[in-house]
Amino acid sequence: MDGDLSPQDKKDLDKFIKFFALKTVQVIVQARLGEKICTRSSSSPTGSDWFNLAIKDIPEVTHEAKKALAGQLPGIGRSMCVEISLKTSEGDSMELETWCLEMNEKCDKDIKVSYTVYNRLSVLLKSLLAITRVTPAYKLSRKQGHDYVILYRIYFGEVQLGGLGEGFQTVRVGVVGTPVGTVTLSCAYRTNLAFMSSRQFERSAPIMGIIVDHFVDAPCGNQRPITMGQLCNYRPPDEDDGGAFAGVQDSQEVCTTSFSTSPPSQLYASRLSYQPAPPGGAAEFNTNQVKEGGNVLVPAQPQPPHGADVHLTIENAPNTPSSSGDEDGLLQSGEGRRDDGRRSVSPSDPVESLNAFTRKVGAFVNKPNTQITAASLDLPFAAFAPRGLDSEENDPMVRPPDSPPSQSPLQASLHSQGSDGSGPQDDFVMVDFRPAFSKDDLLPMDLGTFYREFQNPPQLASLSLHTSSQSMADDLDSLPEKLRVYEKNIDEFDAFVDMLQ
Amino acid sequence: MNCRSEVLEVTVEARQVEEATLALLHTILLHRSTGKFHYKKEGTYSIGTVGTQDIDCDFIDFTFVRVSSEELDRVIRKAVSEFKDALSSDGMGQISLEFYQKKKSRWPFSDECIPWEVWSIKVSVVNLANEQERQICREKVGEKLGEKVINVVEVINRHEYLPKMPTQSEVDNVFDTSLKDVQPYLHKITYQITDSLGTSVSTTMRRLIKDTLAL
Repeated sequence: MDGDLSPQDKKDLDKFIKFFALKTVQVIVQARLGEKICTRSSSSPTGSDWFNLAIKDIPEVTHEAKKALAGQLPGIGRSMCVEISLKTSEGDSMELETWCLEMNEKCDKDIKVSYTVYNRLSVLLKSLLAITRVTPAYKLSRKQGHDYVILYRIYFGEVQLGGLGEGFQTVRVGVVGTPVGTVTLSCAYRTNLAFMSSRQFERSAPIMGIIVDHFVDAPCGNQRPITMGQLCNYRPPDEDDGGAFAGVQDSQEVCTTSFSTSPPSQLYASRLSYQPAPPGGAAEFNTNQVKEGGNVLVPAQPQPPHGADVHLTIENAPNTPSSSGDEDGLLQSGEGRRDDGRRSVSPSDPVESLNAFTRKVGAFVNKPNTQITAASLDLPFAAFAPRGLDSEENDPMVRPPDSPPSQSPLQASLHSQGSDGSGPQDDFVMVDFRPAFSKDDLLPMDLGTFYREFQNPPQLASLSLHTSSQSMADDLDSLPEKLRVYEKNIDEFDAFVDMLQ
Repeated sequence: MNCRSEVLEVTVEARQVEEATLALLHTILLHRSTGKFHYKKEGTYSIGTVGTQDIDCDFIDFTFVRVSSEELDRVIRKAVSEFKDALSSDGMGQISLEFYQKKKSRWPFSDECIPWEVWSIKVSVVNLANEQERQICREKVGEKLGEKVINVVEVINRHEYLPKMPTQSEVDNVFDTSLKDVQPYLHKITYQITDSLGTSVSTTMRRLIKDTLAL
């Protein structure tokens, strides 16, 4: 009972619970920003680090939390909840988890407020830090980007778990007994991620099982989330971040520009992230839901019906939280997207691809100039490009010219019409052949001509058979003589070898 | 006083041993470390601030939180590295993190170390045949580690016995004050290796020789 608690203890306890609630929200939201968090230890107490933990305070998040609490404290029947949801670039959304800070009636009268409760709340915050990295939403939040973003909503009152779908799991982070009740922190998370295939929301598997810090594809410019009306980046004017988010006024433009032009390192800007004021902390991030111009977190839309609701419920009229309907819609949209992706990859016309195969132009095949349209495009392998526009009747590859019966079928296919007939017949290379990389056969000293002229170079003297045996005999005879000379000069050779070593 | 003992078991690939062990040890130490104590004249003390850091594992789909202290990380990594080197490619081992209190004894007796909490991490190492299995292993081990972290948190939040906060003269009997930025409870890390049965080793050798001869 409160009567047993001294006024000072009561005051302290209220303060602890209030700041614990605020820090809880900070830890949860920061864990869903999509970036690794790093804060420094400090051996000297600064006096401002509640629970002796270095947890930064994002002002907008604190503001939202305070707004939700509206001067009250979590108590029996009054829970503070942080809802984490996912919103795709098409505007579909899904609740992923709900963190609840509750108080029940079980009191621990003997516990020391200023010491034990405080330390246990500190341990509980550490546990929260650990558990926030373990629930499935963490991995999703680390991969947010152009496909989807992660949003948060803080509310006070009754816990709402209906949006988590069937079969949601609960993990208890911890409890701390106090003289006025037991503080409980828990998380209920969705397990049924039905409309999210692993293909859509996970990056490709790392090669050889090692995480490679590879770049992330820049998001498409035309994939603009419809409902991202509140996506703005809080940025102090003198901050320079490579220009991806220079004081954007219209939030929708942020989405477009960031998706189409942002280099990989600035991809984070499209996520739930925050950029602190210049004297602020080390971590750089931009928030969703923050109004531009450096104001504190206020929805850009007219006030939503719920007090502290920064979820985009206003413009999401079709997306009211419901169970199966939304999921079906989401499933279809997801699949549709995938089909489109797949369709763009495969050839649209199987007949054309077949023609491309049969019409492949081999090297050295002479084609009448009228058909060399692709070559005029000045492409390196233009000669090999399938010519879908040419009619089949003129194509000698499809309809080879009539050949003399004595010729082999191979020669018939190789000798195209318009062959001059001159040149050596014995090496199966045509008269007017078109060597690879050759552009035009009309020039006098062309690659083809060069090939022909220097096709049969004279044999090297040492390689010619009738002289080789003779020279071999000569070599053998001269060998002893040579050996005698070398042995005489052996000192010189040794000195040379030593020099080399 | 009874010593609380907890056992965590994991099955990992050889290259995951280090990260899995670090993840669990650091998670425990995060909860068992405070800021540096600064005692004041009146007998009160103030406590420094503990920073935290997210660490992504390279071989496991997992991220864990550790205390931001390079010194502490170095000490833990050294112990884990020795443990990993001692483990064979398909063996079993156990690494233990023991929190203890020192009880000063009179000369000539040395100080007594009384453990109050022991965490044992049993590690079984497996060999996998192909990349697909390894990929599955990455994810599975990540999930398993998540469950272990939840187990750790559950035990710690029972708020069972913890040493009393010491006076200035006794602080070294309870806490490790050698680090300059954080102050974990006094702890030590030990390990033991349970090699797999002799037959499995010889089977592997036989197979190797057979394969070589078959070429």
